[in-house]
Amino acid sequence: MPEAVHIGRNPSTGPDLEELMSLVARGDQQAFATLYDAVSGPVLGVARSVLRDPAQSEEVAQEVLTEAWRTATRYRPDRGTVMNWVLTLAHRRAVDRVRSAHAAAARDEKAARLGHTPAFDQVQEEVETRLEREQVRRCLRTLTELQRESLTLAYYRGLTYREVADMLSTPLGTVKTRLRDGLIRLRDCLGVSV
Amino acid sequence: MSAVDVHTLSGAYALHALPEDERTAFERHLTGCSPCAQETRELAAVAARLGLALSVTPPPGLKAAVMARIGTVRQENPRTAPLRRTAARSLPGRAAALSHWVAAACLVAAAGLGGAALWQHQEAERAQDRARAASVRLDRLAEVLGAPDARTHRASLPGGAGGTVVVSRERDGAVFAADGMARPPAGKVYQLWYDDAGTMRPAGLLDPERSTEAVLMAGPVDGAKGMGVTVEPAGGSPRPTSAPLMAIAFG
Repeated sequence: MPEAVHIGRNPSTGPDLEELMSLVARGDQQAFATLYDAVSGPVLGVARSVLRDPAQSEEVAQEVLTEAWRTATRYRPDRGTVMNWVLTLAHRRAVDRVRSAHAAAARDEKAARLGHTPAFDQVQEEVETRLEREQVRRCLRTLTELQRESLTLAYYRGLTYREVADMLSTPLGTVKTRLRDGLIRLRDCLGVSV
Repeated sequence: MSAVDVHTLSGAYALHALPEDERTAFERHLTGCSPCAQETRELAAVAARLGLALSVTPPPGLKAAVMARIGTVRQENPRTAPLRRTAARSLPGRAAALSHWVAAACLVAAAGLGGAALWQHQEAERAQDRARAASVRLDRLAEVLGAPDARTHRASLPGGAGGTVVVSRERDGAVFAADGMARPPAGKVYQLWYDDAGTMRPAGLLDPERSTEAVLMAGPVDGAKGMGVTVEPAGGSPRPTSAPLMAIAFG
């Protein structure tokens, strides 16, 4: 049985990204190129998970990264890490795209989507990413099935909690609370603090 | 909706799983509930960890495209606090004497601020000049990258370095981006070439300080069959003096 791996520092809170971001906010393109290397993989991963279509995902990734450059001065270190900030932008943008485009078609696709597991394949084989993935997987396993399914459908597929409730044939109120207590349990397992 | 109900929406909000109307309502609620705002920030950070685990390797052309795009996008200005004006008043006796000190202190402060403001202004002007010059170059670069017929070709070198070139025959231009190339030896420079069926035509030099940036290759593509990169003495050469480090066919 593999040992639980302790990661010295939380991979999403590396100090260098915050420092880079202050240079980016002053228009430093070289610093942005370095920031790109750190965040583009996760940004594209989030977009692909929600959108599925590779071309659309790349478009969204481009938009998100350009947005990060344009609004760099809005980033506030006291509100969370750079990675959080960029991935929140990415998820939000991907979800907006999927909701506007799929408003009608999504109804038919729902059944197909339910069959998918999160896109943990196709990952770059970097040690840090692998450890991160292991940790998230391990923590997802500590959730109840309903918590895990609700979280997965909402985050990895970009569904609203009403759609999640619909798909899992579960009352709205239950899904709402499962999304919250599932995230709280993950927070404690991952040791996330802001 | 009761306050308790609203509170439980933090999870769905952090996951972007609220429909528009409920999202707006929840954001209104957040402005008056700081524990909720703290919890929401934490849960959003957890959601980001779910995303971080999904990392994929971006295709090689994405970086060049993003770098070209940010060159044409103006950044938002930072929000700055407005300077306070001090109202001048005549005061009798001791208060007046004290006010001289205050006034002097204010003058010193103002001089400091004035200097900073002037410096910031000059910095901004310089940045604008740089941006204007860069934007002319980048317009052309973006034009090539955005051309409907643009094709991406890539070469990898042993050791992880490589290069990507985007060619548009229609716009008669090419954009090259190096990737992980070591700095050239002292007194040397990387030079780009168009390959006209075996004859190498100079296509500009790479700035060693900005080796990650996408550059517009100098001159038209014409009928070039490919491009190459060589190491040349500083200033470049009319013809290659060494074997190419990298050759990419436009095929």
